[in-house]
Parts: sequence; structure tokens; C-alpha cells
Amino acid sequence: MALTGLEIYMLLPRTNCGDCGVPTCLAFAMKVASKQASFDECPHVTDEAKEKLGAAGAPPQKLVTIGVEKPLKIGNETVMFRHDEKFYNPCGIAVLVRDTDDVARKAQKVKALSFERIGQVIEVDTVALECASGDGETMKAAATELNQSLAGMPMVLIADSSELLAASAGALAASRPLLWERGGPSDALIELAASSGLPLVVEGDLEKCAADAQKAKDAGIEELVLCPGDVGPKEGLQFLTITRRAATQKSYRPLGYPSLIRVTSEDPVAQSLQACHYVYKYAGIVIMDTDQPEYILAPLVARQSIYIDPQRPVQVEAKIYEVNEPDEKSPFLITTNFSLSYYSVFGEVDGSRAPARILAVDTQGTSVLTAWAADAFGPEQIKKAIEKSGVFDQLAEGYRRPVIPGLVAVISGELSEEIGQEVIVGPQEASGLPRFLKNEWPKLVG
Amino acid sequence: MAVPDVKENFSGTINEVTIGATSEEGGTRTSTVTIGGETGYPMLGFEAEYPHPPAFALEISTAGVEGWHDECRKHLADVAGDLGAWAAKCEEWGADMICLCLDAAHPDNEGRSPQQCADDVKRVLEATGLPLLVWGTDVDEVDNNVLPKCTQAAAGENCLFGTAKEDNYRTIAASCLADNHKVLAEAPSDINLSKQLHILLRDVGVDLADMVMHPTTGALGFGMVYIYTTIERGRIAALSGDRLLQQPVLVNIGKEIGRVKEAVSPAQADPQWGSHEVRAPLWESASAISYVESGAELLVLRNPEALRQAKTAIESMWP
Ligand code: B12
Ligand code: SF4
Repeated sequence: MALTGLEIYMLLPRTNCGDCGVPTCLAFAMKVASKQASFDECPHVTDEAKEKLGAAGAPPQKLVTIGVEKPLKIGNETVMFRHDEKFYNPCGIAVLVRDTDDVARKAQKVKALSFERIGQVIEVDTVALECASGDGETMKAAATELNQSLAGMPMVLIADSSELLAASAGALAASRPLLWERGGPSDALIELAASSGLPLVVEGDLEKCAADAQKAKDAGIEELVLCPGDVGPKEGLQFLTITRRAATQKSYRPLGYPSLIRVTSEDPVAQSLQACHYVYKYAGIVIMDTDQPEYILAPLVARQSIYIDPQRPVQVEAKIYEVNEPDEKSPFLITTNFSLSYYSVFGEVDGSRAPARILAVDTQGTSVLTAWAADAFGPEQIKKAIEKSGVFDQLAEGYRRPVIPGLVAVISGELSEEIGQEVIVGPQEASGLPRFLKNEWPKLVG
Repeated sequence: MAVPDVKENFSGTINEVTIGATSEEGGTRTSTVTIGGETGYPMLGFEAEYPHPPAFALEISTAGVEGWHDECRKHLADVAGDLGAWAAKCEEWGADMICLCLDAAHPDNEGRSPQQCADDVKRVLEATGLPLLVWGTDVDEVDNNVLPKCTQAAAGENCLFGTAKEDNYRTIAASCLADNHKVLAEAPSDINLSKQLHILLRDVGVDLADMVMHPTTGALGFGMVYIYTTIERGRIAALSGDRLLQQPVLVNIGKEIGRVKEAVSPAQADPQWGSHEVRAPLWESASAISYVESGAELLVLRNPEALRQAKTAIESMWP
């Protein structure tokens, strides 16, 4: 299991050269022990030391990589609760395509399931192709087309037998798809995966998964994904919880792999809610049978949320941001440097094409009201931030009037006194900004 | 192959709290709601007991639906002007409880008097047989004037009254004790603040078993995950035996949805997100499911369609 900082220290060269970015070997060892740094960030460790640590510190859940160009990496999770550390590798969210579908059209739909939120792209990053035709060549044609039009998006290939899978697996081998033989894997598929080096799904109840995983591992397959089959959300949660616990708490290797689960309900609303359920509770890949954005958005945001590092606030640099080339008479908005707050404001200003400056005040990445309540977004802090930014030098007389979020309207008087300028109270929600900037702001400064 | 036993056993249990009183119990409710009683982490039927599924309340407001977003308002157009009709409709829609918000008493609104608020409470009790959650204005002085009148007006009905906060809990605690109601204890986003508040309430005589806790609420994508983690931390402590955190958890979701762009932006403005009619209730139900995953037992919603969706989903998930 995990080594202590001191044990790791004993494996290091102990020269305190600093090449790892930390002044001493001991400090570096402590960081590795607390998983804030990885052992190989020290360029001077010996192979022998690596091996020692590697064996002792092998992750309880295997990292599995699917796809090549924009690979999906899942697994390697260490905890049941995000606050105990964090969740590391965001699960894949996959859309199901059948080889009998209009594949080109489906590919277009899947491509469109990509959105920008809080400065990050959140998107469907996996596609699952199922052989519904009962014909391996039809599936191969669909797989090839899908792979091409989706630029190598990580793919799960699903079929009832290894014979049906063989053609597509062969054609796509270089793109590293995940192979899922329903009810499998059979010996034939294990052989195929072993010879082609592709990752494999083992499907069934816990006992069968463990037994098959062992078998596949003995055959030389390192990367496996566990799947409970077509189960409902109760059994699904149970399977995902037990496999995650067996790996992370009992270091039980046969279940030390990420899991894949397919949402079974046909109702798209239920699909969406069940997908969220699995995103929170331990899925490695969730397959959904809908390509409509309104049903996929919530699971994507659920994933973005739950994989946030709870130890590190999600923040932007505290500074002035210029949007749409502002001049000396453009509005000057104030927000916090919490990513969610900043991007809410930025998104609206940018989208409305209004030129403006946005000052992100350093609130250590907390929201408007959280920061205000914690005394990090009061008149004094805002005044200091304004001074430090030098923004008033860029603004004409009469335009040095900060617009503050409506939620902190109470500070307007005091802030106004502090900076000796009039303060404008903006709308409560960022979504009110486009209208405010267009209709009200000109009157207020005019 | 023998898979290791990973079942977890806990020494603590979440308190069972019943809201509402039927005629046998001295009230006039036709049904009551009991929440809590779980002996493990959410929804793990293989290792723990889950005697009651989460309960859902629909919010109605004495100030009407001004400021509520359109996709929600469209369901309420016929009833929003009449509290009684609105409450009855919520019952029809399948709510387990009514959450009556006394917004009209807020000084920014009409500043409705304590007596009028008490009449509002009475009107709702007459119009529906469901148990009642009564939510003040979050303005301390107003709440201290208004809530005692309301607890009195609902005496014998075993309602849940809120919110009691660290800075303002004495009056509400005393009136709930006098009129036999349950107390909703609100402490922002931190289990230690919750514990502290529960101690304060206990010290003025409120039984730990008569409290429901509100860690405050953010919508999915709007702070939800911070509160999710707060609830999870509290749950772990509660199951390990910390009696100061064994209170069932309420989240107030409906209110927060109007802030979420993904939920309220019309399809013309953001076509990439698809049907707005689908997104709006789904964001509310997805936020609700998110909180059930972390342990919440009582969820306040606004949109009846979101209620239907969340209840159906929970039915399929609950052990
Ligand atoms: C998540 C959360 C937390 C998280 C913080 C996450 C973070 N990084 O900020 C945690 C758990 C850490 C937390 C802690 C606390 N919290 Co807190 N928290 C929340 C919660 C649930 C959501 C906040 C959120 O993320 N909002 C989303 C962001 C995007 O909103 P926003 O920044 O306001 O931005 C919006 C608008 O303001 C507007 N906007 C933003 N900038 C600008 C600029 C302009 C010009 C304009 C026009 C508009 C605009 O656009 C955005 C979208 O519309 C709220 C309750 C709620 N529902 O709001 C409580 C809340 C903010 N918290 C509160 C409190 C009291 C605290 C604590 C002080 C409690 C304590 N004593 O421990 C601590 C502070 C800890 C600390 N020292 O930092 C209170 C504040 C009370 C008040 N009215 O002052 C709230 C309101 C809860 C409550 N009802 O009591 N909290
Ligand atoms: S790079 Fe290696 S040897 Fe140098 S200080 Fe860091 S840990 Fe020590």
C-alpha cells in the first residue's frame, strides 16, 4: 500500500538538487506521499527505486486508455468521497449508435454535443457502436465511417459475439477501441484482445467479472473495464459501489478496474437522470441512448462538477480582462475571481458584443456572496483591487464608475466613499447584463 | 470467485422526523410525511435500511410568482393568485408536502402583517390535507414578528418552520416549542456551523430529534457540488455516531433554478442546448437527484413537471 513520506525519501538520491521544483528531497517525498507530486518528477531516481515504489504504490484501480488521438483515460481512482482527495479521471459520456442507423447523421449529432462552460469544454467524448445488423461487415463499415467522421473519438464496440466484433476490431485496432462482447468475454475474444493489445469489457455479476478479469489478465490483457450488464439504477449503483470499494479499500485486484454502465430506461428524461446518478457514483463510462443536447447537458455538468478538485478553488487570474476592445468610455464591471462568477459575467458581455472591462477581484476563488460573507469582497478589498489594476488611468473622467453585482448592492455607498466615485449597482444575475449594458448603463453615465 | 465483503456497518442512524398531524394526532392533515431513518450511505440496499424515500415539497408563495422563470410560471398561471387553489393543485400534482413561503411579508414586497400571514397559513391548511413547511422571509425582525403568529395559527398541525439561524433562532425555537412544530435549522455550507446551531437550539429546549437541517442550496452547476460535499461530510459523521448531525437534510432547489442559464435561456437564444421546455424542469429534477445522491431527504421544488420527473427517477433508484 501507500508508502510514508520518509519511506519515499529513502528511495530518493537525497542530494537536494532542486531539479524537481522543490528545494529538498524530503519536501518532494512529502509531496509524493500526499499525492501532490508524482515520483517520476524527480529526474534522478534510479530504476531500482522506481521498481520498488512502483510495486508498492501500484494504483488500486487500473488506468484504462481508450482511443488514441483524444484518448479517454478512466480509472486510477483512489477514494469513495471526493473530499477525501478528489476524483481524478472524468468518466466518459458516450452516445449509443447502432450500425443500422444513418451513421453519418448520428456522427453530426454527436459532434454537436460539445459546449463551453466556465472556460472549459464539456462534451460527449466517447461513442458506443452496437452491432444491431447481426452482420460483422456492416458493423465494420459503420465503425470505419464513425471513426473517420468523429476524428478518432474513443469508441466502444458492442456485439453479441466475438465473430461479429472481429472485423471492426481489426479495422480500428490502431484507434484503440474498447471491445464489448455481450455476456463475454469468450475465450475467442480474450485471444483477439490479447493479440491486438486492445482493452476489453468483462460483463456479469461481481463473481463473474472477477473471474473473467483474472482470466483475461492471465492471458496478458492489462486494461479491462467491468460491466454489470443491462441492469436498473439500483443494481447499477450497487455494482459500481462494490467494485470501487473492493479496489480502493481492499486492494482486490480482480475488481481493480473502472466500470462501464449503460443506461437502460427508454424515456429520455429518465436516461438523463440515471446518467447523472452514475456520473456521481463511480462510473468509468456511461452510455446513453439519446443524442439530444437537452438530455445530455445535465450529466455533462454533473461530471464537470463532481471532478472539480475540492482542495483547489476553481479560479481565474485576478486582473482586468478586456472584452470586445473597450475604449476609455466603456463600462467597467466588477466580479470575483471564482471561475463560475467570472465566466458568467464574461459570457454575457462577450455574447452581447458590448465592449467592457471586467475586474476579477482576488477572493481566492469564491463566489460573490460567499466572498462578501467571508469579508473578501467588501469595499476595502475592491478599492485595493481597483487601485492595483490601474484601470482608472484607462478610463475617461465620468466613466470611472464601477458596476458591482446586484447581490452586493449594500456595499455601494461605502465603496463609493472609498474610491471617491459613483458606484453603479448592476443586475443580480449576469444574464441581466446584456440588457443592462444596452439600455440602462448609457443613461446612467450619459 | 469469492469477492471480498465490502459492506459497511455504522453505529449511527439518521433521525426519523414526521411532519404533519392527522385527526388522530390532533391535527387536520390527511397525510403525514416521515423522512430519515437511514442506516447507511444513500441508496445502498445491500448493506443498510432505508425506511422512507425522500419527500418532495412544492413551493407556493404569498407574493405570487413574480420573478419566477417562465417555464415554471406557465404551469401556475391559473392558481398563482390564490394560495388555496395553488396548494390544492400541488396536492393534485403529487407533492408530499407544501412549502409556504411568506415572501409577501418581506419589506421589499408589501410587508404583509403578521396577522395576514397567519391567515395565509390557515387558508393553505384548509385548502390542502398535506403537511406544511412554512418558510419566513430571511429578514430577522420580520420573521420574529411573523412566525410566532403563524406557529400559533397552525397549532396542532405539526408543521416544519424555518428558518432558524445562528443569529436568529430564539423566537422561532420558542414558538415552535409552544405550538409543537418542528424546526428547520439553517447554517451555510459548513457542518461545524450546523452542529453549533443544533447545540444552540438544543440549549433552548428543542429536541435534536425535532430538527431538520438546511445547509443552504446551490443548483447543479451553480455551487451544488460544494453543498453536495457538505452533506456527504455530515452524513459520514452522523452515521459514525455524531448525534449533532443526525438530522435529516432539506435542500431548497426550486428557487435556485432561475439563476441557471442552462435552465432558463430560451431556445432561440441558445439553440445548441436544445429544447427549453425540456431543459427547464430537467435542470430542477437533475439538481434534486444530485442532492439525493449525497443524502438529502426533503427537497423543495417549484416546477410540478420537475416534481414528477424526480419522483419517478427516485422510485427507480430507491432501495
Ligand atoms: C457554493 C457555496 C459555498 C462554497 C463556496 C464555493 C465558492 N468557490 O465560492 C463553500 C462551501 C466553500 C461556501 C462557504 C461559505 N459560504 Co457559501 N454558499 C455557496 C452557495 C450554495 C452557492 C454560491 C455559488 O457558487 N453561486 C454561483 C455563483 C456563480 O454566483 P455569484 O458569484 O453570485 O455570481 C452570479 C451573480 O452574482 C452574477 N454576477 C457575478 N458577478 C457579477 C458582476 C456584475 C457586474 C453583475 C452585474 C453580476 C454579477 O452573475 C452570476 C450568475 O448570475 C450559496 C447559496 C446560493 N445559492 O447562492 C452560499 C452562500 C453564498 N454562502 C454563504 C456563507 C455565509 C458562506 C460562509 C461565510 C459560511 C461560513 N461562515 O463558513 C462560507 C465562507 C467560507 C470562506 N471563508 O470562504 C451565504 C452568504 C450569505 C449572505 N447573503 O451574505 C450564502 C448565500 C448561503 C446562505 N443562504 O446563507 N459557500
Ligand atoms: S530532483 Fe530528486 S534529487 Fe533533486 S531535490 Fe528533487 S527529489 Fe531530490
